[in-house]
Amino acid sequence: MRAQTMAYFDQLIPSGMVMAKEAKEQGRNVVGYYCVFSPIELIEAAGAVPVGLCATKQEPIAEAEKVLPRNLCPLVKSSYGFAVSGKCPFFHFADIVLAETTCDGKKKMYELLAEHKPMIVLDIPNSSNLEDRQAHWVKQIYRAKDYFEKNLDVKISNEKLAEVIRTYNEERKLLMELVSLNKLHPTPISGTDLLKVLWGRSFQFKRDEYTAKVKELIAELKEMTAKGEGASQPSSKRILITGCPTGTGQEKVMQVIEEAGGAIVLQESCSGIKGLVDLVSEEMDPFEALAEKYSKIPCSCSSPNTGRFKLLSRLVQEYNVDGVVDITLQACHTYNIESYSIKEHLKKNHNIPLLQIETDYSDADRQQIKLRVDAFLEML
Amino acid sequence: MKWTVGIDIGSVSTKAVLFNGEQVDSKIIPTGWSPSQAGQEVLERLLKPQGLTRDDISLLVGTGYGRIQQGMFDKTFSEITCHARGVHYLLPEACGLIDIGGQDSKVIGFGEKGKVEDFVLNDKCAAGTGRFLQVTAQTLGLEVSQLSALAEDADPADINSMCAVFAESEIIGLLAQGITVESIVAGLLKSIAKRISVMAGKIHFQDTVAFCGGVAQNQVLKDLLSQEIGCRLAVPPCPQAVGALGAAILGYEL
Repeated sequence: MRAQTMAYFDQLIPSGMVMAKEAKEQGRNVVGYYCVFSPIELIEAAGAVPVGLCATKQEPIAEAEKVLPRNLCPLVKSSYGFAVSGKCPFFHFADIVLAETTCDGKKKMYELLAEHKPMIVLDIPNSSNLEDRQAHWVKQIYRAKDYFEKNLDVKISNEKLAEVIRTYNEERKLLMELVSLNKLHPTPISGTDLLKVLWGRSFQFKRDEYTAKVKELIAELKEMTAKGEGASQPSSKRILITGCPTGTGQEKVMQVIEEAGGAIVLQESCSGIKGLVDLVSEEMDPFEALAEKYSKIPCSCSSPNTGRFKLLSRLVQEYNVDGVVDITLQACHTYNIESYSIKEHLKKNHNIPLLQIETDYSDADRQQIKLRVDAFLEML
Repeated sequence: MKWTVGIDIGSVSTKAVLFNGEQVDSKIIPTGWSPSQAGQEVLERLLKPQGLTRDDISLLVGTGYGRIQQGMFDKTFSEITCHARGVHYLLPEACGLIDIGGQDSKVIGFGEKGKVEDFVLNDKCAAGTGRFLQVTAQTLGLEVSQLSALAEDADPADINSMCAVFAESEIIGLLAQGITVESIVAGLLKSIAKRISVMAGKIHFQDTVAFCGGVAQNQVLKDLLSQEIGCRLAVPPCPQAVGALGAAILGYEL
């Protein structure tokens, strides 16, 4: 069974494309971003619309490969291909792009992309134990503030930022409430639908409407649960997804898992709950608070990345997970290497097996993935 | 009497096993271009000599890549689960298995009752698969079945490419240098053994490991693999039909 409210989220990205144009026509500023490290509160506080940029489809990769190496992460290639081919309306209507030095591939790709759009690239230190990490992040937040103020001709006040932080915290809490429904068994909402809601968050232009619909979805799912309806079977094995981001358009692995009868409980990845579990402090200075929140995101580009181990430990217990599937994008060295440590960690501390699926955005390996997934579900 | 049949439709051959608490018979035919036709045909060839019909079979279980495209099966399992179950039945002392198939190579570790605990499959290319051997044998004008005898006692040439396409050009280069065909074949087998042993390293094998798939008939490769992995390798009887046997057993136990 599927909640009827999902129809809204099915249309969220397509209708966002139209709204991006309308926002520009109404004279609003639009700032595009790629990554969960982007402090989107700052964009909103600058009076601009923060919008995610297209990045997770196979289609524009051929265009990107005219410039970028073939043996590169599909996410980086797809982002670049979408941007330069003019096929991403969000990129087209963005005044500015907020980027970040999460990995080497993206870092170098942004150098090429800078020829197409004004951009600010936040410097993300790759040592999680860098002594002045917080100070460094605070500097980056202020750098972005200055850049927005100058280029969008606005002032970002402490008050405005504090207000946006509160709004976004409420949204995070609400989304976690939705995700938490899947602590139930059978799960009320499928992994691919959950992805649609969470991923769609970056592509919407009417935040109030979006949160109202999330509330509606939560209510509907609760009703369905009360009637004994769910998105999976009582016999379904409970699967947690981790690893590289899985956006709309590349749900392949998640689809295969659900078709094979697995219940995807939630995603511990930046397309899932990675950026939602922690709130921004409402007590501290808002700029320092933003810096603190974003510096703590447990991404594999940070070393050592102990936060991810802790988060996974918490999630597999809270959500009563049977097995973990780690989706690694080809040529994503940090997630690929970390997969080994995560597998050992889960086996040793929780006796939960991990299946690593290394893939790209093409459909060519769907059968190979199916075999691995079938075998994994059978062994759980 | 309760009868079950397991059918393993692989990319090269289709295997079927008839089971009634013990293995009664098995048949192997080429898969050809129609996996569903191969499935039907092998079933007929298996049942007829026993005087059985489809109605006598309480459960027909499918595995292998062909399991997904037809409505003929009552139940399907992945070949990983089936191989483990089949090996456990034939060689109860084994703690895992290596299967070099036509399209992929598998290394599987299992525990009690043959329940899979971990597995590694090769990438989506021919590296370390039966297909790799086939392509490289063709380059030398040989049949896969000739490789073992040729490689015996030969000094293995150094072959680095695991990509079937690059290995082909590497072989041509070696031939041009005057390296003997025997040495090249031994080198090829050694390179496969190395590749598989890297996969096996991810599963912590301790004792006896079964070696399955048609390639397991290659004695030289078996010895090389055993050396590389540092475990005793045992080839079960009819190593190609282990998956089909496992499927039949799983069906019988349901």
